[in-house]
Amino acid sequence: MAQIKSPDELKKVREELLLRRDSGNPCISICAGAGCLASGAGEVIAAFKEEIEKQGLTADVDTKGTGCPGFCEKGPIMVIYPEEICYVQVKAEDVPEIISQTIKEKKIIDRLLYVEPSTGEKATQESDIPFYKNQERILICNNIKIDSKSIDDYLAIDGYAALAKALFQMTPEQVLAEVKKSNLRGRGGGGFPAGRKWEGTRNAPDPIKYVIVNADEGDPGAFMDRALLEGNPHSILEGLIIGAYTIGAQEGYIYVRQEYPLAVENINLAIKQAEEYGFLGKNILGSGFDFTVKVHQGAGAFVCGESSALMTALEGKAGEPRPKYIRSNIKGLWERPTVLNNVETWANVPLIINKGADWFIQMGTEGSKGTKVFSLVGKITNTGLVEVPMGITLRDIIYKIGGGIPGGKKFKAVQTGGPSGGCLPENMLDLEVGFDELTKAGSMMGSGGMIIMDEDTCMVDVARYFLEFLADESCGKCVPCREGVKQMLKILTNITEGKGRVGDIELLEELAETAINASLCALGQSAPNPFLSTLHYFRDEYESHIKEKRCSALYCKELIAYHIDPDKCQACMICFKKCPSEAIIGGKNMIHIVDQEKCTKCNTCLEVCPARFDAVKKISGEPVPPPIPEEERTIVRGGKE
Amino acid sequence: MNNDRIDQIIDKHQGEASSLIQILLDIQSENRWLPKEALERVSEKLEVSLTRIQHIATFYKAFSLVPKGRHQIHVCMGTACHVRGAQNVLDKVQDLTGIKPGETDSDMKYSLETVNCLGCCSLGPVMEVDGKVHGKISPAETAEVIKKYE
Repeated sequence: MAQIKSPDELKKVREELLLRRDSGNPCISICAGAGCLASGAGEVIAAFKEEIEKQGLTADVDTKGTGCPGFCEKGPIMVIYPEEICYVQVKAEDVPEIISQTIKEKKIIDRLLYVEPSTGEKATQESDIPFYKNQERILICNNIKIDSKSIDDYLAIDGYAALAKALFQMTPEQVLAEVKKSNLRGRGGGGFPAGRKWEGTRNAPDPIKYVIVNADEGDPGAFMDRALLEGNPHSILEGLIIGAYTIGAQEGYIYVRQEYPLAVENINLAIKQAEEYGFLGKNILGSGFDFTVKVHQGAGAFVCGESSALMTALEGKAGEPRPKYIRSNIKGLWERPTVLNNVETWANVPLIINKGADWFIQMGTEGSKGTKVFSLVGKITNTGLVEVPMGITLRDIIYKIGGGIPGGKKFKAVQTGGPSGGCLPENMLDLEVGFDELTKAGSMMGSGGMIIMDEDTCMVDVARYFLEFLADESCGKCVPCREGVKQMLKILTNITEGKGRVGDIELLEELAETAINASLCALGQSAPNPFLSTLHYFRDEYESHIKEKRCSALYCKELIAYHIDPDKCQACMICFKKCPSEAIIGGKNMIHIVDQEKCTKCNTCLEVCPARFDAVKKISGEPVPPPIPEEERTIVRGGKE
Repeated sequence: MNNDRIDQIIDKHQGEASSLIQILLDIQSENRWLPKEALERVSEKLEVSLTRIQHIATFYKAFSLVPKGRHQIHVCMGTACHVRGAQNVLDKVQDLTGIKPGETDSDMKYSLETVNCLGCCSLGPVMEVDGKVHGKISPAETAEVIKKYE
């Protein structure tokens, strides 16, 4: 491919591409994102290739491995174009039938369609599925349409048109004005207005400036950025090049965590393709603007998601944060003015340039415009990535899109904002999602993790879990974080282990205050959030753990005991045989009893006890009933004699 | 890992000191750990002090200064997996292998690590062995999976 040297040439290349593709061939798009691959999408794709070749259809059917469309719960997912028939949970065995029925005969295979559990209705197209129907997908909608390894696919959906527009029809000042007008706020967590950040860097006198993509998505339970990086890497690159043009940078970096090998592969490939086509390098599209990009792999340190730590890591050092007397947009990487934005923020830029800020600000609330991608996970029926307009309520996300809580359980809390975020209870579900709204409620937007918790989740343990994570990831540079978070974790661990003392809550609050006020970076400053928000909304759980040694969620191992109800036990021997610790006393026709000394609380007995007996119980905060006397344990079964 | 190969890796990154982390990552991924001799070679070639290399090699989680087993077991402890019972899976794996996270057994068969999120939360709890993801796994099923790796 020769380099494209002008917007007209780009237009021509696009037209030729579309003409060539207008063959009317059916196209099979299969999600090759990390979630679907883990569910077996690789085998499905291989089976399609083999079957198509076997049937001699290579020239008549196109297949594509695409990015993640979001509905990971039902993976592997595929869509057949042009009819847009969507099949879910496809297996390699289904492939010959799909080719012979759907591709050749144009018949729909009922069993592979999505069935809405609440109504029993089948959905033929993606847009009929409630999970998708209630979203507003401007960023991740393209994932299923394009081969994530093909720049031509990106060009065919108008890719790099925004770049051409910015370079040839707009001055950097005009691009900046548009981004400012859109009020695009940082999607990585902070929510700082991107336009203002860019303006500071643009106005800084230093002639050498940098732009960086923060793709160090370290929040556990969050994979939005990964889906964009893997599925549509060119959209991020395009945003980055536009940003570089606006602020006057000639070098950029993409900092991506090495735990995402496919994302690293796809973004590297995208850079190579963009260089070949002339979207990167010298004299981009003949505009006279030069810009190059390098990928830097993170080596596994959560704190490197913090802007100053990330820049230190890029310089080849241990990624410790720096004090920010001067903002990094004025003095950042190698002490030069640097714009660092998150993956999703950059991906929004081409859309804003193409469609205009006026279009963008139609979506959202007063302070938060556009959409936000969330990874909706935990105790939720439809796990996956969802993209919603800002201002939607938590209730709509959880129930309309997420399909509610599975297993007939009761909702308890929704956790947003990653490890530094907070948990919101049921009475906050009508809260509108936005940067300021979530912060006001004691949580935060964060990068977009949304973890749903049901009645079986212990909120003290959740706080302990996040503090454990943060204590482990604290870089150790400043004392309030290194020591304070560690001590908070110690006290929380004590509480979950039944060793809590009166006064612990007050001590935790004191430690929290110091960490918030005195830590160097956002990691330490926000580390107490999981504790403070759970304390605020679920104080009774803390108190019952400390005073009554009771875990109402029946989760904390040290505070629960397993007990077999003698009235319900049918002496079926299943738990007796399955117990790995030989902690069940019993025998044939002998009611089973848990030996509390031997029991390791592994939950096996409860899992294996047949639902019709329902004899194994967890108890907490009360003494275990004494075992029934041996002479009463024999079950006399009627009927035989 | 011999010096020629290390030199090749360094050359790939134009011998730049700012690429230190990238060079160490390449060595780690090929050799599965960072032997002292390799670090010394890097230090010499890049003219970066060994103490700084040690600082980096111990700061980032991706690096190991001890040899790793033949099979890498990663148990995801991300939030989504945590609320779905990842701790029970980890307890079971520790029972089965006799090692704790960060350790390698004496036969050099398994190395066990916990990870903070593998990004396939819909499949939680998740265990990854040698890059293959085993999703929605129960403690009982982990035994079946681990047995398969010799």
